[in-house]
Amino acid sequence: MMRRCFQLFLMVCLFLPNLPAQRGGELRFCLRAEPKTFNPVIVTDEPSEIIRYLTGGVLLRVNRQTQQVEPELAVSWKILQQGRKINFKLREGLSFSDGTPFSAEDVAYTIRTLMDPALHSPTADSFRSSAGPVKTTVSGTYRVAITFPAPVAGLERLFDQVAILSSRSPRREMAVLGPFFTAEYKPGAYVLLKRNAYYWKRDENGESLPYLDSIRLEIQQNREIEFLRLERGQIHLIDRLDPEFFDRLAAESPSSVHDAGPSLNSEQMWFNQVPTSPIPAYKKVWFESRNFRRAISESIHREDICRVVYHQHASPAVGPVSPANRFWFNAALKPHPFDPRGALRRLEEEGFRLQGGVLRDRGGHPVEFSLITNSGNKPRELMAAMIQQDLGQLGIRLNVVTLDFSSLIERISQTFDYEACLLGLVNVDLDPNSQMNVWLSSASNHQWNPNQKSPATNWEAEMDRLMRAQASVIDAGKRKAYFDQVQQIVWEEAPFIYLVNTNSLSAASPSLRNVSPIVMLPQTSWNAERLCFASQTARSQP
Amino acid sequence: MRKQRQFALGILVVIFSVSLMARVFAPAPYARQFRQSPNAPPSRQFLLGTDELGRDRLSRILVGSQVSLLLAPAAALLSTLLAALVGGVAGTLGGWWERLAMGAADLFLSLPWLFLLLTVRAMLPLNVSPLLSVVITFALLGSLGWAAAARVVCAGARGLRTSDFILQARACGCRSLRLLTKHVLPSLKPALYAQFWISIPVFILAEANLGVLGLGVAEPLPSWGNLLRELENYRSLLADPWLLAPLVLMVLVVSCFQIIIPLEDFPS
Repeated sequence: MMRRCFQLFLMVCLFLPNLPAQRGGELRFCLRAEPKTFNPVIVTDEPSEIIRYLTGGVLLRVNRQTQQVEPELAVSWKILQQGRKINFKLREGLSFSDGTPFSAEDVAYTIRTLMDPALHSPTADSFRSSAGPVKTTVSGTYRVAITFPAPVAGLERLFDQVAILSSRSPRREMAVLGPFFTAEYKPGAYVLLKRNAYYWKRDENGESLPYLDSIRLEIQQNREIEFLRLERGQIHLIDRLDPEFFDRLAAESPSSVHDAGPSLNSEQMWFNQVPTSPIPAYKKVWFESRNFRRAISESIHREDICRVVYHQHASPAVGPVSPANRFWFNAALKPHPFDPRGALRRLEEEGFRLQGGVLRDRGGHPVEFSLITNSGNKPRELMAAMIQQDLGQLGIRLNVVTLDFSSLIERISQTFDYEACLLGLVNVDLDPNSQMNVWLSSASNHQWNPNQKSPATNWEAEMDRLMRAQASVIDAGKRKAYFDQVQQIVWEEAPFIYLVNTNSLSAASPSLRNVSPIVMLPQTSWNAERLCFASQTARSQP
Repeated sequence: MRKQRQFALGILVVIFSVSLMARVFAPAPYARQFRQSPNAPPSRQFLLGTDELGRDRLSRILVGSQVSLLLAPAAALLSTLLAALVGGVAGTLGGWWERLAMGAADLFLSLPWLFLLLTVRAMLPLNVSPLLSVVITFALLGSLGWAAAARVVCAGARGLRTSDFILQARACGCRSLRLLTKHVLPSLKPALYAQFWISIPVFILAEANLGVLGLGVAEPLPSWGNLLRELENYRSLLADPWLLAPLVLMVLVVSCFQIIIPLEDFPS
């Protein structure tokens, strides 16, 4: 019955595409967890990030579609002193959501608040290229300059995450310059955002934005329930849809699903190379061998994984940067080929021998290791089973172990009591600076061998040098050249064996207009100010 | 009633026999992935279709039945023996022994089983073969599942403590151990049988629960638990009813177990 209702609803919606859009209505979609904060300067989690995006006004915005920096509250900007200073000319006559006027004082106040060491703002960490104070100089009501102690690479893009606070409003961080403001929060139930009547943007016809009256962000962790609610018309959007749900919905209503192509996220496996880990010494020798890692990589059939596990909604991964990251992706690299014979040759070079269907090392040890992944993640469990069969062809016995997430994290970050791990990486930032905590050998997320006092290998030392070099120059072309070399080293050494880049899948109610999903977060609501309902359906909103 | 029991027993014997010879009857190796045919419907090649990785479903059901049907009774036997020991000793000796044993049983009953199993599973060594992992899973279930049965056995033993034949045995100088093994436990045999039979489907379902969470038997070995994970996608059940095959088999086996337990064996 419910399915029929949904199909009827979709049919009605399909016959409405040419009806004019209408102002008003309430957009509903789900947050997958409780937002940890509403203070935009200390955001660390995804739900809070979505709220910041929908409510915060920023000086410069990275256009989620073009991935280019565009002016927002600043009409123009200029980077001076080789990236140490940035001057902004601000938009005039704007007001916060509570009516207090916007000026350069607000920008200065925001930067002071953000850079307060006591606040431990993760956003501020991106600006801290060196020790020393950040100076803000207000040179007029709408002119402000910010000076950093050392050059900051990719400086202008960092302002995409700095929501401007009001220095005068009694509501402080609740007074916003974005299209919506937070009107109500019911823990465990929903966050209600209402239209900011003072929002400055207008559409091509001179009509004020946003079109919607409100956005209700319902807190729902269960993906199945979220999907059911979309089918019943109780919510209008789903981001990061599972391939299985995507295909199911595509069969019922092709116009409601969107595959935006490869996302920024990847799935990868790696071997434990921590010298102090409690694994046998002979296995450490395998895992430290580049030929061994490359052989494993080349014996995995990535195309099959994309087809069988992701129903073609994924593509073989090349390295740490997805092709979706248009500027930073090293297009000269291709995914490691599926080549079991070549893999066996590499292994033989390292002294491995295939005897009676079992691969043995120089010491005669049969090649057997365990691969841990988090339980409950079906695609990863399926991938692990496929890798198990692929490696079995080379005479390698792989034991797949699924663990609850906290046990897994404890093993990979504290006890290091594991041999190989299969996990995913969610990238939210395009700039390689956000990956410093992965590629520097001293970093805690340098997962195969974290927190090194000095680089364990020459290639890790080279990666350290290149990552620091790209972070210290301002010229984007030079930075790209350095980071291309990092990607090349990762491709050659395979400390992470990249498997697939999952596609960015989403669903939107056909009653919604101007939907244009993208690969970055928030996928479908990135242009929330321009989303609207077809006229009839807008009236029927509860 | 007797005919029904014989019929149920017959079904169980057939299922057990087929599952014991699973590798003979299985049309394909249970772990082999026919990657060109994932989620295939029933056909001549795949009588019950294939799973998400293209593995022959019939072969996996046969081998999975073998795993579940051999190890669930073993776990049930372990838990019944523990229950007989703890409950029998507590009920026969009474006093502090009984309080201590029943306190321990209460503690076990109040433990969050699932979290306990998750914790124990996380502490196990990683490099164990799938077969060993399934044995460990059922051994854990068996060694943790004695508490409820122990309370039943203890209550039965307590009831016998003041019965004439026990008093007579005591009066004849019979020691506690002999009293327990020669008089109390044989008198509780019907209750122990019932506990054993009841435990088998309980452990089958417990393993299925762990399997559904992805924490049961390790890949690629099938069990009813991980076979039932296909039912998570409830929408495809109507379109692909053959997905229900492992569930039908499990319901059939559990029902047969319930039917073959003589009613008089249930403690009143």
